[in-house]
Order: sequence, then C-alpha cells, then structure tokens
Amino acid sequence: MIRHVRTACHCAVLAALLAGCGGWQSVLEPHGVSAISLRHLIILIVAVCSVVWMLVMIALIAALWRNRDNSPASPGPQNERRMTIAVTGAAIATVLMISTFTIMSFFATRALSVAGPDDLTIRVRGLQWWWDAEYIGPDPSQRFETANEIHIPVGRNVRLKLEGLDVIHSFWVPSLAGKQDLIPGRPNELTIRAERAGVYRGQCAEFCGMQHAHMALLVFVETQDDFDRWANAQRRDAIQPAAEEIAAGLQTFLAKPCAACHTIRGTAAGGTTGPDLTHVGSRRTIAAGLFETTRGSLSAWTADPQTIKPGNNMPMVPLTPDELRAVSAYLASLK
Amino acid sequence: MSGPATAPDARDIELERSRLTSALAETWRTPSGFLGALATVDHKIIGRRYIFTAFIFLSLGGVLAALMRIQLAQPEARLLGPDRYNQIFTMHGANMMFLFAVPVMEAVAVYLVPLMVGTRNIAFPRLNAFSYWIYLAGGMLLWIAFALDMAPDVGWFAYVPLSGPQYGAGKRADIWAQMITFTELSALAVAVELIVTIFKQRAPGMTLDRIPVFVWAMLVTSFLVIMAMPAIVVASSSLILDRLVGTHFYNPAEGGDVLLWQHLFWFFGHPEVYIIFLPAAGMVSTMIEPFARRPAFGYLPLVMALIATGILAFGLWVHHMFVVGLPRLGDSFFTASSMAIAIPASIQVFCWLATLWDGKPVFKAPLLFIIGFIVTFVIGGLTGVMVASVPFDTQVHDTYFVVAHFHYVLIGGAVFPLLGAIHYWFPKITGKMMSESLGRSSFWLIFIGFNATFFPMHILGLQGMPRRIYTYQPDLPWHGLNLFVSLSAIFLTIGFLLFFVNAISSLRGGVTASDNPWDAPTLEWATTSPPPSYNFALIPVVGGLHPVWENRDTLSVADGLRSDRRELLVTSLATSEPQVREASPQHSIWPLWAALATTVMLIWSIFSPWAVVWGSIPVAIALIGWFWPKGTPEDEA
Ligand code: HEM
Ligand SMILES: [Cu+2]
Repeated sequence: MIRHVRTACHCAVLAALLAGCGGWQSVLEPHGVSAISLRHLIILIVAVCSVVWMLVMIALIAALWRNRDNSPASPGPQNERRMTIAVTGAAIATVLMISTFTIMSFFATRALSVAGPDDLTIRVRGLQWWWDAEYIGPDPSQRFETANEIHIPVGRNVRLKLEGLDVIHSFWVPSLAGKQDLIPGRPNELTIRAERAGVYRGQCAEFCGMQHAHMALLVFVETQDDFDRWANAQRRDAIQPAAEEIAAGLQTFLAKPCAACHTIRGTAAGGTTGPDLTHVGSRRTIAAGLFETTRGSLSAWTADPQTIKPGNNMPMVPLTPDELRAVSAYLASLK
Repeated sequence: MSGPATAPDARDIELERSRLTSALAETWRTPSGFLGALATVDHKIIGRRYIFTAFIFLSLGGVLAALMRIQLAQPEARLLGPDRYNQIFTMHGANMMFLFAVPVMEAVAVYLVPLMVGTRNIAFPRLNAFSYWIYLAGGMLLWIAFALDMAPDVGWFAYVPLSGPQYGAGKRADIWAQMITFTELSALAVAVELIVTIFKQRAPGMTLDRIPVFVWAMLVTSFLVIMAMPAIVVASSSLILDRLVGTHFYNPAEGGDVLLWQHLFWFFGHPEVYIIFLPAAGMVSTMIEPFARRPAFGYLPLVMALIATGILAFGLWVHHMFVVGLPRLGDSFFTASSMAIAIPASIQVFCWLATLWDGKPVFKAPLLFIIGFIVTFVIGGLTGVMVASVPFDTQVHDTYFVVAHFHYVLIGGAVFPLLGAIHYWFPKITGKMMSESLGRSSFWLIFIGFNATFFPMHILGLQGMPRRIYTYQPDLPWHGLNLFVSLSAIFLTIGFLLFFVNAISSLRGGVTASDNPWDAPTLEWATTSPPPSYNFALIPVVGGLHPVWENRDTLSVADGLRSDRRELLVTSLATSEPQVREASPQHSIWPLWAALATTVMLIWSIFSPWAVVWGSIPVAIALIGWFWPKGTPEDEA
C-alpha cells in the first residue's frame, strides 16, 4: 500500500514537472533573484533594440522608395547639408543609447550580487562529464557529497564555490542565475537565491569535450524543512543491505573495480574518480541527467556505459548477469 | 603638299598604342602551360584562384553545417555520434573563419586592390604566389585530417586544457594549431603586400583622400592582421610546445594558467571578426555608388569609422570572457569599449542610408545584397550590443543566442556583401555578366532562408539551449524550433546552390560584359573587362575620388614606364607623386617549392619537434632559389 502511494506521489511530481517543463531551463522563466532581475534587463534591452531596428528599417524603406522612378540620374550629391545633419543626429542618438546601456548594465551587474550573509555553502566541481557537489557545513562532520543534483532551501542565499577539476566547464541554471565558469586552478564563486520551490535544470555551458551535451544538473529548491530532512538523510552512511541479493550486490561492487572509482560511505568503497554513490537511489537521474534512476537504467548503465554515453570516463566492467542484477538491485536500494 | 604635321594624327596614336600593348603583353604574360600556371605571379590569376578556393571551402563548410542541422533536427538523433559531431562543428568554425572568411576577403583584395589603385601588379608578387600555395596547403591539411577521422575536435577556439596534452589526445589539436600557422603565414604575407601596394603603388594623383573606400578598408584590415597575428602565434606555439615538448604554459598544476590561452586567443580572435567585417563594409561603400548613382555620402566619416573600428577592435577581447570570473570593474570597461564599437558601425550604416536616400537607386542584384546586408547586419549589431552587456551575457553566453548573433554578423555582415561583390565584379574578373534573374532568385532564397534559419536560434538560446551540443533530450522544449531551423536551412542551401549555378553558367554562356557595365566610378573600370596582364597600358593619373565619373571621356595618363621589362611606378605615400620606376619580379616556380618545403616542415613538426630544425633546410634552399639575384636590364647596360 505504502509503495503504491509513493509511486503515485512520484507520478504526480513528474507530471507537474512535465507540465511546467517549458521553463525548467529557461532564461525567460526565472525563479531566482538574479535571474529575475536579469529578465527585466533582457526584456528592456531587447525592446529598445527592436524599436531601433524598426526605425532603421523605416529609414531604409523610405530611402529606397523616395526616388524609385527609373529616370536617368546624373550622379552627384543633392542634399549634402541635410544629409550631414541627419547622420550627425543619428550618430548622437546612437551614442546616447549606447551610454545608457553601459550605465544600465553596470548597475544591473551590481544588483546581481545576492545581498545578505550566506546560509549555505556548496562546493560544486565540474568534471568530464558530471558535477560533484559537496555540502560544507559549519563543522566537518556535517559534510557530505552528492553528484549531479543539488538541493537548496527556498529563499536562502546559497554560495557556490565553483572549481574545474579537469577542463573548463560552466555552471548554468538559467532559471536561477547567469552562468559562471569552473576553471582549473582558478576557483570562482556564485551566490544564488531561489524564490520559488521547484526543480530547475541546468547544463554545462562551456564546451568540455565529447559528452558536453550530456552534462546536466538538477537543482531542487525546497522548503527549509524538506531540505533539512534531505540533508540529514544524505549525511547518513549508506544503508546496510538486508536482503540477500542486495548484499551480494555490495560484495560484487567491492570485489570488482567499481570501488576503485566510486565512494559509498559506510562501506569499503572509497574511490573518488566517479560520482559518490552513497544515496544514488534517491537521485532523480543518473549519468548527469541522462536517465531517470530506476533499477533498469542503473543496470543498463553498469552493463555498458560506453554505448549509452560514448567517451565518458567509466569503463565497462564485465559482470555476469547475476552480478549485474545484484549490483543494480543494491544501487537502487541506496536511498 | 601639306606642311609638316605638328600633331601626330589619330592613326599614329592608334598604331603607337597597339605597339605598346603588344610589347606590354609580351613582357607581362604568364608563361603558357601547366608549369607556367604554377609559376605565375600575376595578381589577377592568383586572386582568381584564391577566390575560387575560398568558395570551395565555403561549400565544404556548408556541407558540415547541413550535417549539424540534420543531426539537431530531432532530439537524440543518431546520425552523428559525439565524436564526429565535435569534429564537425570544430571543422565548420575553423574552416569558415580561417579558410573561408578571412582568405576570401584577402583574395578579393589581391585581385582588386592593384587595379583600384592603378598599378600593374601587387607588391611582392612572388610572396603573393607563396601565400596562396601555403593557404591551399593549410586548408588541405585540415580536410585530409577530417577524411582520416583525425580532424580537430576541440572547437575552433581550442580552449586549453581541453586542447592540451592531457585531454586532447592524439594529433587533433596539433593539426588545429598547425593549420593556424599556415593561415597566419598566408594572411600576414598578403597583409604586407597590400600595405605596400596601397602605400607606394597608387596611381599619380591618388592622394590619401582619393583612395577608394574598399582600399582603405583593406589597408586597415591589413594592419589588423599584422597586429593581431602575433598573439595567436604566441598562443599556438605555446600550445604546440606544451603538447610536443612538455612545457607547462597552460598547466595550472605547474604554475601555468588556462586563462592565458583565452586572453591571447581572443586578443587575436576578436580583431579577426573585424578582419572579416571591415573589407565587407568597404565593399558596400564602394559598390553602393553606381547603384545609388551618387557618390557615397560621407567619405571622411566612412574612412574614419573603418580606422576607429580597427583601433577599438583591440580593446574588447575580454567580452568573450565575461563569465570566467574576472574582476567586475574590468568587465565594465570592456562593456563600455564593446558597446563603443557600435558607434563607428552605425555611422557607416547611416552614411549608406543617406547615400540611398539622396541617390536614385537601381535595383540590380548587387544592390539587393546590400539591402539584405543592412537589414541583417543591423540585427547582428544590435544583438552585439546586447551581449556586450555583462549581465545580459551571463545568460546568453555560449548559447544559441550567440550562434544566432554571430551568424547575423558574419553572414549578414560579410557574406551578403561578398555575394553582392561577386555579382558586381564578376564582369571585371571574367568578362561576363552574371544572370540578373538568377541573381535575384538566389538573393531572395538566401535572404529568407537565412533569417528563417538563424532568427529562431535567438529564442532557442533564451530557452536555455547551450551551443556545441551534439544532441538534446526530448523533454527539453527545443525540438519544434530546431526542426524548423533545420528545414529552413534547406532554403538557404538551395539559395547558395543557385548562386553557384549562376556563377558557373554565366562564366560559360553569360552575356559578354562591356568594360564598365555598371557605370562605376573607380579605376578598375578604366581598363578592359577582364583586364590585360599588365592591367593598364598607360598608368592613369587621378584627379578626384571618382576618376571614371570625373573624366568620362579619357583619363589622363602617365607615360615613361618601360614596356620591355616589368616596371611599376612607385609614388609617394601621402601625395602619390611619382618617385621611381621599380622592377616587378618575373614569374618563378620557387614560391611553390618554398611553400611545399614549408608545408613539409609544418606537418612533420606535428610529429617531431626536430622537424623545425631539419625541415628548415629545404625551406632555406627554396628561399635561396627564390631570391637568387638575377641580372636586371640596368646591370646589363
Ligand atoms: C550555410 C549556412 C550556415 C549554417 C546553417 C551554419 C550553422 C551553424 C551551426 C548550427 C553552428 C553551431 C554549432 C554548435 O554550436 O554546436 C555553427 C557554428 C559556427 N559557424 Fe556556422 N553556419 C553557416 C555558415 C557559416 C558561415 C558563412 C560562417 C563564417 C563566415 C560560419 C561561422 C561559424 C562559426 C565561427 C561557428 C562556431 C563554431 C564553434 O562553436 O566552434 N558559419 N554554424
Ligand atoms: Cu562541462
């Protein structure tokens, strides 16, 4: 019964998500303070520029229309003086428009920085082709790591410490804020504040190699309570497997090369090359936004990561069908 | 008996003239046969080849664009994998920028500038031959690599560390860097030739304020080439060193800096855009006169705008780096300078509008392309102002909004004028007119197809679609517009095909052109269409900005150049007073050998740094052959 309710809930969330999906990665549907003020600026500038273009087009059409008879003309200037005045006037207008835009964007840039003290700091690191998110609490015991999905409380200032670990990536969740690059050797910061709960999609915006297209991330904006509940669950070590198949899955995971690259807290697996899998079963997607997390997709991914996302840094680990079944059952159980 | 004739009669003049032209033809001719064609130093032959080759690269780049658009028409399409797609968009960008846009402008200038300034050949004609061969070699290197599945795949901007030794495995990024070196060599050579030709070989009387605007544009462009290239030379040599010799210029782990690459690349890469746009603007200012049937309004502002753009072009490279996290105050400076460059651009637009307003436009194909240019270029300019604003840019940087923006600038701002220019100068180059009706149809297809293809990309960008992605997932709301874009690209393609059909069929069976079919005012129209190998039988003397309009019957001419050897008239820089007669080099096969030797050295150096040492020996031999002193007629005397 409880399982059914849970499934129903999932479906409802998914439906809501799809209904609103037009805007879940869009500059035009902002839900974060910076993105909202950016939308105002964007609309204003686009409107002014459209008017300017229209004026130029009217001038062009008029210029072409004026003398459209085909009478032979002796080439030669007619109205040099009047033309000079018109061109000078237009040039002055251009200078004024440009100066206004410059000043506007100067102030808009200042308005972008989110005011107030930070409530939460997350270290976001970009790798080929996934995101590592480390929640840095006040004391080290509060730290935990997750991948490709970050949760933040609504209405709070969240400071993102952005680092590129291999090549340059760019953190971009258009509904929340403008982008900021993650550059090896040059940490950057970006403070965001979401004004509305929801799920927002982001995607790496700097070309970072073969799978640049598949480097998405989801930002879950939740109430403080939901966020705390989530964070507490994340801090816990991975559950100890109860069922037999699942326990076998853990054993396989540890025995095979999986553990060399992935961490599962509470087990012997401590690799850092790939995403931390401690609570992978609770994430909505795997492979940086490529699939919904299901036992099936986990199994497909483990069986053959290279066909699914060619070029990614996870090698194919040969597993027997039984081992594969057990491992995917285990991973799916890591809520 | 009549008295002794004091003035030579008409028949004598005619006889004298035909004796002169046949002597000149003998002196300046390109030797016949295949070897002769390889050895020629005639700027017109080289210019024609250059233009033709650049258009071949345009079509190849177009094929790549079509492949990208087929792949992106559907979400999760399987036509191209990530590997091929990344090669293709890299090839498309590198090919269009380095093998088409810049070279084609230089190619047109190689053909036209000597004619427009009234001289017999370009300065350093052997260097000119060399620069064409080296360009051809660099282009072939890139395309052969692509055929072998070895093409660069790190973007035409090749950011480190992705292009560095650790992440850019194989030889792909090296091929990119060496292709850059090829095109640098060729562009630099042409820039030097053009500057000297424009400074020292102008016809007598062509003072600074009588230089056609296109020639001014090429002068400014050539200086941009000379000043921007060192940055990319430094950047790509450091990259090659990092990759081949194990230096760490760009490796942060060893004290290098990845942003160094971006600064150097864009310090070159931004002016690069103006290296493409300024010649196009010059073409428009020059072409608009016969079609508005009025001198271009505002010669001085037009020229000043070109110069101002050239200077400002070096002050705004950081606007490609607004999201790398540089200090905000610096960003504001670069916002201001990037916006400021809109001022000279708009002044030019206003001058063209004024010219049309005050003139009596004749709607021939070249004018249509100029109109299409104004319509689209203004959009590209305005979106340029948008992305110059830091906050605006943080949202649209590296999205399809930017793809839309720069295609409006590159296609709208450079390819439209170029196509107009091909229609306009086709009779001068080939002696045939292009078909007007095909010209119009191709214009409309290209114009409509272009806007339908690229305008929706602005919206896609705002909807969050990043660029350089080989596919996207179906739950993202992008597929409708992407499909529309891909279908529209078909119109664009048909338009370009029609343009090519027009050019080829007109070459074969077009109407024979008169010497000055458009009643145009500049000097190149004062000789035959196509011009003879020596360009002008007698060097014209210029008395105004529109010599052909001002002296409708006959231009006055300067005499005194020898016809039995290749001689040019060298004039003073500012006032264009005749100074000396200068020998112009003979045809020679050595530039080709030098180019081949350089090619071997550059390609070999991708595999071994020692190639720079051993490979320079054949280059040195070829250069000795090239510069081996030969007796000049003076010495014999
Ligand atoms: C035939 C018409 C053309 C079409 C349909 C077309 C299409 C495209 C597309 C779809 C991209 C985006 C690739 C990506 O971000 O994934 C692109 C990139 C680009 N195009 Fe074009 N293009 C055309 C012509 C041109 C021309 C004429 C030029 C230059 C004169 C040009 C220069 C570029 C450059 C520099 C890039 C950037 C490549 C990169 O991101 O590294 N394109 N083009
Ligand atoms: Cu990335």
